[in-house]
Amino acid sequence: MPEPLLQAVNLQCERDKRILFRELSFSILPGTVTRVEGPNGSGKTTLLRMLAGLNDAWTGELKWCGSPVANQREAFLRNMLYIGHRPGIKPLLTPMENLRALMAGRRSVPDAVFRQALQGTGLTGFEDVPCRNLSAGQQRRVSLARLLIADEPLWLLDEVFTAIDADGIAALESLLQQRAAEGGAVLVTTHHDLALPGMHKLILGAGGVSDER
Amino acid sequence: MNAEARPAVRLASSSVGALAAMKGVFARDMKVAFRQRQDLLNPLLFFIMVVTLFPLGVSPEVSFLSEAGAGILWVAALLSVLLSLDHLFRHDFDDGTLEQLVLQPQPLFLLILAKTVAHWMLTGLPLVVLTPVLGVMVHLDGNSIAILCLTLLIGTPVLSLIGAIGAALTLGLRSAGVLLSLLIIPLYIPVLIFGTGTVAAAAEGAPVGAYLALMGAFLMLALTLAPFAAAAALRISLSNG
Repeated sequence: MPEPLLQAVNLQCERDKRILFRELSFSILPGTVTRVEGPNGSGKTTLLRMLAGLNDAWTGELKWCGSPVANQREAFLRNMLYIGHRPGIKPLLTPMENLRALMAGRRSVPDAVFRQALQGTGLTGFEDVPCRNLSAGQQRRVSLARLLIADEPLWLLDEVFTAIDADGIAALESLLQQRAAEGGAVLVTTHHDLALPGMHKLILGAGGVSDER
Repeated sequence: MNAEARPAVRLASSSVGALAAMKGVFARDMKVAFRQRQDLLNPLLFFIMVVTLFPLGVSPEVSFLSEAGAGILWVAALLSVLLSLDHLFRHDFDDGTLEQLVLQPQPLFLLILAKTVAHWMLTGLPLVVLTPVLGVMVHLDGNSIAILCLTLLIGTPVLSLIGAIGAALTLGLRSAGVLLSLLIIPLYIPVLIFGTGTVAAAAEGAPVGAYLALMGAFLMLALTLAPFAAAAALRISLSNG
């Protein structure tokens, strides 16, 4: 069995004096897609933000490749890609400028690769149009173009299917699957009916937590 | 979505250096600011307006203006920096780029330092550049104007740096304006006192070296401590948001 990329032990999170989840333990293995499920307000987004390190209001233990995340924060951040509700796109900048700015702190990528990624998400011809002139779905696609150039093994994707059309969803699904086949690990929350073969499920809810295949 | 360009999955051990990442943050903030020029002009117009209103509202006498001029310019500069602070993180917070900034694999305080430097170049530095013109308008003599510019050049970065802490702390609040001012103004007061004190000393012909050295000490203290505090405050604000 391969070593888990990310391991959560006894996570507990309280928000507004309400316990969202307790004794939550799971492992994210390389080569898997895991869907976090649960009704609205069950803590899916909070869980993903916790894993990414954006939320500190929790107790428990998080391990990256076997040792605590807190001790190797920069190595963890370099190998993790988080795309949240807010797409992380500056409306005043063009898709090219946005991608350049987002990758500036990670590794140097030539412009040709950005163009190719934007073409891959169906944004041909929009590379140099300010993002505020694009539709909501197109802006989403700009942030999703990062997935096409990402070398990070762990992806945390929060509601990325929002505002994407049917073709885009199919393409994204196959991208996630391909990613898992390459050895990456994907954790995704969505209300879209996502069903990939071999997908893991992490179910949050009032009745506690279960981890099933 | 095809993925021909994407490299293979393996753990990356190295990332871009901190300096290159800071340059990236700085360049993006500059680019965004110049796409939205009216936001750049606001603090400048405010500065000019406040300074021009004093002769009209209080007294156009040369004796009054040349005595109060340095103080007026300092207060106006302080308030116009304060006015621009809410924008420092607010837009980035709303569109999610702040989350991505926090998740960059470099120390957060360095990235915030880069953002603050960009903020100063876009607000504080133009005020310093404008000061000689307004200084002549309020009948300051040449020596006083030179000293005033120098104090503003040292003092406005301190205002931006301290302001970053307040802006980061009040980020999660819907109407942060008043609270931000209440938090920040007490910390601005020493900078204001020494800034105007330097000019007053120069006008009396006293040596200003000690004043300037103290202001330099303020700047060093703010440069080394404020980014850490702002980074911690940002994490708290994002954690609740």
